[in-house]
Amino acid sequence: MSDMILLGTRKGTIIFDCINAKWRPRPIAHTGVPVCYAARDPRDGTLWASLDHGHWGPKLSRSRDGGATWVDISSLKYPAGARYIVKYLPTPDFNPESPSSQPEYNDATVLKIWNIAFGNANQPGRLYAGTIPGGLFVSDDGGDSWELNNPLWSHHSRGGDLFNGDASTANHWNGTPASIDYGVFEPGIHSIVIDPRDPDHIYVAVSTAGVIETTDGGKSWAGRNRGMLMDYLPNPESEWGHDPHFVTNCPSQPNHLWQQNHCGVFYSDNGAQNWKKVSMPDMGVNFGFPIVADDNDGRTAWVVPARADSERMAIDGGLFVARTTDGGQSWQSFRDGLPQDNAYDIVLRHGLDVSGDCLCFGSTTGNVYLSADRGETWQCLANNFPPIYSVRFG
Amino acid sequence: MPRVEMTQHLYRFFPQLKNRTITVPAGSVAEALHAINEMAPGFTDYVLDEHGALRRHVNLCINNTIVIDKIKLSDHITDDATVYIFQSLSGG
Repeated sequence: MSDMILLGTRKGTIIFDCINAKWRPRPIAHTGVPVCYAARDPRDGTLWASLDHGHWGPKLSRSRDGGATWVDISSLKYPAGARYIVKYLPTPDFNPESPSSQPEYNDATVLKIWNIAFGNANQPGRLYAGTIPGGLFVSDDGGDSWELNNPLWSHHSRGGDLFNGDASTANHWNGTPASIDYGVFEPGIHSIVIDPRDPDHIYVAVSTAGVIETTDGGKSWAGRNRGMLMDYLPNPESEWGHDPHFVTNCPSQPNHLWQQNHCGVFYSDNGAQNWKKVSMPDMGVNFGFPIVADDNDGRTAWVVPARADSERMAIDGGLFVARTTDGGQSWQSFRDGLPQDNAYDIVLRHGLDVSGDCLCFGSTTGNVYLSADRGETWQCLANNFPPIYSVRFG
Repeated sequence: MPRVEMTQHLYRFFPQLKNRTITVPAGSVAEALHAINEMAPGFTDYVLDEHGALRRHVNLCINNTIVIDKIKLSDHITDDATVYIFQSLSGG
């Protein structure tokens, strides 16, 4: 079990240490700065935080001394010529024929570094970062320099190669509400899943497009959304337009992937060749944001359900965690130690993590809960924290 | 030479600029910002985006006038001017 938990919060990075079987928070780092993601690189112990400065632009921050000091890094940037097709928020008064039925283009600027992922053990220095507006960046020098993955940026599902001309195909990548804070309605990459057996085999998840896979180290990409269902589209089985809230896999059985989607919980036991909806709405397992898979058993996963997209809060004022051990055929809900009255917590997509038998989640209400028995009972680690964006065991 | 005043928030990232009089050569806003970047490497990454344009939630004034060209930063700073760099209230 890990002895460190990193929280990315609205007001900075908070690190918990487990000392003599007790979890203690350190004083907050990056004080006052929104941190949308924080994690520890298991290969060399480097700590990472994604700073979401309102004024000064998104930055990565790196600590190579266990969190004692941090250095901000500004090297993650879009290259000249990186453009994307503009999307508009479909507000009730939005006219899709206006301002133009022809594609409009924007020069890409990093608005949010939404997720950081670490390469395999045999790839020292390899890092990945997913951004709004929909870029996958790769570093091979521990984050000193970054390069945009061009085959995904120029994928046919988003208009083709816009470096060398206007769109040659239709754009199926739509905006995520998470981008509205930046005054735009653009897609974002929030999940990066690397196959522990094969570093060239990677999945990314895009809100709002779906899951995309490469098996050749990012030279080519293909959608992996067969079996996905959308409640909100005329064609619920459309190839694109899906809103995965988070996608993860089982490290020991990487063909087992899990997805908490806007429209339910989905599971694949064949490397995302097919997805199966495994929601159980009668017991509240359907809508939510985070999902984690067991380290060793690909059929076991946990979610923290919420009411619905229209009511993004705990169900009936009671917070619970649901677990399946049979690939989603059945779910158990666990409430012991969690508030069951007047709780309005929502747990965001990076707000739940697992390490061995230990699970931890943090909510936008600033509460942190930990389970040491695979989610069956919970203890409160903190109240009154800032809104929590991410929870990761170190 | 033109003087530069900036929000104290930026001193958090560039403490070497604190408690000193900052002067830059007269010229364009772009030239002034790059002169500050020489004193405090990385400074422009905080006030400009990757295209060299002023970030959306950063304001820059020459005396009492907000700069007009926020894309190429071509507004001229005279020898006796003061440049103010501060955050917009819109950025939250």
